[in-house]
Amino acid sequence: MSTALKVMKYAFFDLLRSRWLIAYTAFFAVATSGLLYFGDEPVQAALSSLNLVLLIVPLVALMLGMNYFYYTRDFVQLILTQPVSRSSVFLGQFAGVALPLAGAFVVGTGVPYLVYGLSARVELGMVGTLLMTGALVSVVFTGLAFWFGIANEERAKALGLALGLWLALSIVYDGLILYFIALAQAYPIDRAVILASLLNPIDLSRILVLLRLDTAALMGYTGALFRTFLGSTGGQLLAIGALLVWVAAPALLGLRAFSRKNF
Amino acid sequence: MVVVDSLSKRFGRLEVLKGVSAAFEPGKVTAVVGPNASGKTTLMKSVLGLVIPDAGRVTIDGVDVRSDPSVRRQVGYMPQEPRFPDNLKVSELFALVQDLRGERPAGLGDLVELFELERHLEKPVRSLSGGTRQKASAVLTFLFAPRVLLLDEPSAGLDPVASSRLKDRVLAERAAGTTVLLTSHVMSELEELADEVLFLLEGTVRFRGTLDSVRTLTGERRLERAVARLMNGGVPAASAHGDPPPGSPPPPERVVAS
Repeated sequence: MSTALKVMKYAFFDLLRSRWLIAYTAFFAVATSGLLYFGDEPVQAALSSLNLVLLIVPLVALMLGMNYFYYTRDFVQLILTQPVSRSSVFLGQFAGVALPLAGAFVVGTGVPYLVYGLSARVELGMVGTLLMTGALVSVVFTGLAFWFGIANEERAKALGLALGLWLALSIVYDGLILYFIALAQAYPIDRAVILASLLNPIDLSRILVLLRLDTAALMGYTGALFRTFLGSTGGQLLAIGALLVWVAAPALLGLRAFSRKNF
Repeated sequence: MVVVDSLSKRFGRLEVLKGVSAAFEPGKVTAVVGPNASGKTTLMKSVLGLVIPDAGRVTIDGVDVRSDPSVRRQVGYMPQEPRFPDNLKVSELFALVQDLRGERPAGLGDLVELFELERHLEKPVRSLSGGTRQKASAVLTFLFAPRVLLLDEPSAGLDPVASSRLKDRVLAERAAGTTVLLTSHVMSELEELADEVLFLLEGTVRFRGTLDSVRTLTGERRLERAVARLMNGGVPAASAHGDPPPGSPPPPERVVAS
């Protein structure tokens, strides 16, 4: 077994042992079941699930990723004295946290839909998009957590940065875009707004799921623009592409910082 | 053979190593001495690849330590303050490192016995005393039959029994042709183990020579006084090996208590 796989295995068992992962899975299972059985229809449940994805998943990925990074610093120092490459240690740790987190979300949210789907109609494409988006968002924010953790010796500083980023991307960003639209009403700003939403992985995820839902009224301004300019399929491809860039970029930045770090 | 070639490293504004060059031969114990914060640990960590130098490089048997992590198969490192994952038991710690390397050396039982760790194997690492932790570190250091040993204050916190067993082991490794770098503030330990002294001051090599030459140079019979003399700037720059900074006599330094 390669070093990266071994490191990934250790990380996975660490997460299991800490029980955080199980609590996280259970949370989504309970929340999704509640939404499905007490709501009116699966589309509404999916919309509520989407809001959970957009708020909770980034926050938990940031906190858990960072917590794990600082928690295992001694372990990393120990294994770096052994014949292992830094890139395999980083990739192993990153995958060992990001994949279980993504998996926990997919299982926690997917299983209730599966059970519900046995007795009622659920649109598979929609649920699939929701699950994929949540999984990708988990990976994006775990990557950001690792990168912040590596770049900052001080845990409190990294934590502050992460919380700030979360607030900015999930709450402040939308407000700023609305403000910008209101200010620049008279000008052709559609492309600028599309570009702006590409820069926010949370916005991208929202657009991705909403494009599947055919509820144009709920899409908000940027979602509607994506539809108008790129059509449903084109818009989805662009959003998925941008989200994949978001998956790769923090991981690569983290890897670079890790390779240059002094231990 | 470990070759350090014009190694420089700064941490922020602090220049820790300023172009250090030295070669360390197999079968010799070199004591790296110098005042606190003179770059000893940074030098060792650079050999290990834990610290990434700003300039220069380190090779082990001709292989750059940064280009090929597998050279660390040859290296045993005993850090000044060993830090292990807290949640592991001592036996799990040993199993983890063996699993990571994919090696199951036969000598584990003997080393555990040598450092009297049998009673502690099932204890979590976080509950160990500093000395016991140091013993666990020693086991890991010698376990994989290293050809290069980096010992950073190895006997700090060890009881006299463990400490003398450690020294015997180092001497045996030297006889078997291992390259040993050692830092210690205990001069009697250096006297017992070291063939040579590499004296670091403010990130440069100020002196390199045998223990006897340190005594001759400083006119002090006892090593501790001789080294203290070195630290106080008792060596004319001209006699220093390596590349002393031109013109600037070293300012008075703190004398390190042994």
